[in-house]
Amino acid sequence: MYPFLYQRPTSLDDALKSFRSADDACYLAGGQTLLPVMKQRLAMPSDVIDLASIGELRGFTVAQDRLSIGAMTSHAVVAQAAEIKSCIPGLSHLAGTIGDPHVRNRGTLGGSIANNDPAADYPAALVALDAVIHTDRREIAAADFFKELFETALEGDELVVRVEFPLPQKSAYIKFPNPASRYAMVGVFAAVVSGAARLAATGARSCVFRLHQMEQALDKNFDAAALAGHSLSAEGLTVDMHASAEYRAHLIGVLARRAVDAANGRGSGS
Amino acid sequence: MPVLNTRVNGKTVQKEIKPTTLLVAFLRDGMGLTGTHVGCDTSQCGACVVHVDGVAVKSCTMLALQAEGADIQTIEDLAGDDGTLHPVQQAFQKHHALQCGFCTPGMIMASVALLSANPRPSPAQIRHGLEGNICRCTGYQNIVNAVLDASGQLGG
Ligand SMILES: Cc1cc2nc3c(=O)[nH]c(=O)nc-3n(C[C@H](O)[C@H](O)[C@H](O)COP(=O)(O)OP(=O)(O)OC[C@H]3O[C@@H](n4cnc5c(N)ncnc54)[C@H](O)[C@@H]3O)c2cc1C
Ligand code: FES
Ligand code: FES
Repeated sequence: MYPFLYQRPTSLDDALKSFRSADDACYLAGGQTLLPVMKQRLAMPSDVIDLASIGELRGFTVAQDRLSIGAMTSHAVVAQAAEIKSCIPGLSHLAGTIGDPHVRNRGTLGGSIANNDPAADYPAALVALDAVIHTDRREIAAADFFKELFETALEGDELVVRVEFPLPQKSAYIKFPNPASRYAMVGVFAAVVSGAARLAATGARSCVFRLHQMEQALDKNFDAAALAGHSLSAEGLTVDMHASAEYRAHLIGVLARRAVDAANGRGSGS
Repeated sequence: MPVLNTRVNGKTVQKEIKPTTLLVAFLRDGMGLTGTHVGCDTSQCGACVVHVDGVAVKSCTMLALQAEGADIQTIEDLAGDDGTLHPVQQAFQKHHALQCGFCTPGMIMASVALLSANPRPSPAQIRHGLEGNICRCTGYQNIVNAVLDASGQLGG
């Protein structure tokens, strides 16, 4: 690692001030992506601003119609908290499929979405659940937040404070993990939000995307049978050493049906 | 240099350290606690697992300064003062759950964390819970047996 200055502000304001007064600052959440990148010397921030002591970024609350989760909440907490499990079972299940227990103990919701890895799991949940990302300065709909490969709508110094999820009527996530990295080869999140079917896929393109045609078929009848005959074109899907575009297209169809089944209480995934 | 205030295996520690110091380097080089191993140094293998405030973390993927005010426990602290091994250590010995032993400190710290969250895990839950730990000698079956035994599920 290249040398850097370590800072640990205790308020959002101080974090922003530290960021702005540094040459080339970087926020640090759990470090599960940032530290490996710094160890490989692919990043050399002048200042590392640890968000661990900022109270506003921690914890979660459940109101009548929404769940709000602080950016610094670990995947382990989202996976285990009984309140989250009961109000959005698919989200809690998703958090429990990220990496391994040690990664889940340190990795955070804010760090995962700010990083926007094309194979990360959370983006699928945020897009399918129509979540809203609250930053230090504005609210961004999930549909506008995830831009491109490792790119988001966040400005340089902008901080994710919390994510708000409207409570869905149904939710489930099915992931086909890469056996070595455990990131999603493909993952599909299925939900019914305000009566409408919403499906989002991760791992299959440079950025998370919705499965609009399948959603339309499900709007009439939210049952996996409604997806019979629906297949996705392989065009534009990711090709890498792990899978061809055709294989990923096939997986999306299979996982979408399983996710809808799971959202309907059949099989695991929620 | 910044000063780190923390507790390691029950003892209060105050030490000047460079910001780039990883937790595992602080433990091994700074504290002489070489039981915690570095296998991959890329967050993959789990040889470096220690407990921070009661939960298992990969100490190669954490800055020592992130442990400010935390309680750290390493493999050295598991045995009793009289040298009696922890039940999980005893089970690993009994079931030959180690060959070269390189992954063992991380496997044991991960298993202790697993059992404190789920005292009677099924074999599938054990395998899922140890997903972050790789054994180059591939002795997984005996590791699963050891964790089952440590949780009192093998009888005898
Ligand atoms: C072995 C391994 C396996 C993994 N498997 C998976 C997997 O299966 N699925 C998956 O989705 N992920 C996986 N991950 C990634 C993991 O989910 C982490 O959550 C993710 O890497 C982000 O880490 P972090 O929260 O510690 O953030 P950090 O690494 O600390 O930060 C990541 C980036 O986000 C920025 N950032 C952090 N917090 C904020 C904030 N509040 N506002 C603005 N910017 C911020 C940082 O500046 C940095 O650029 C894996 C990681 C490892 C090491
Ligand atoms: S040395 Fe830390 S995970 Fe391998
Ligand atoms: S016993 Fe050799 S690496 Fe596990």
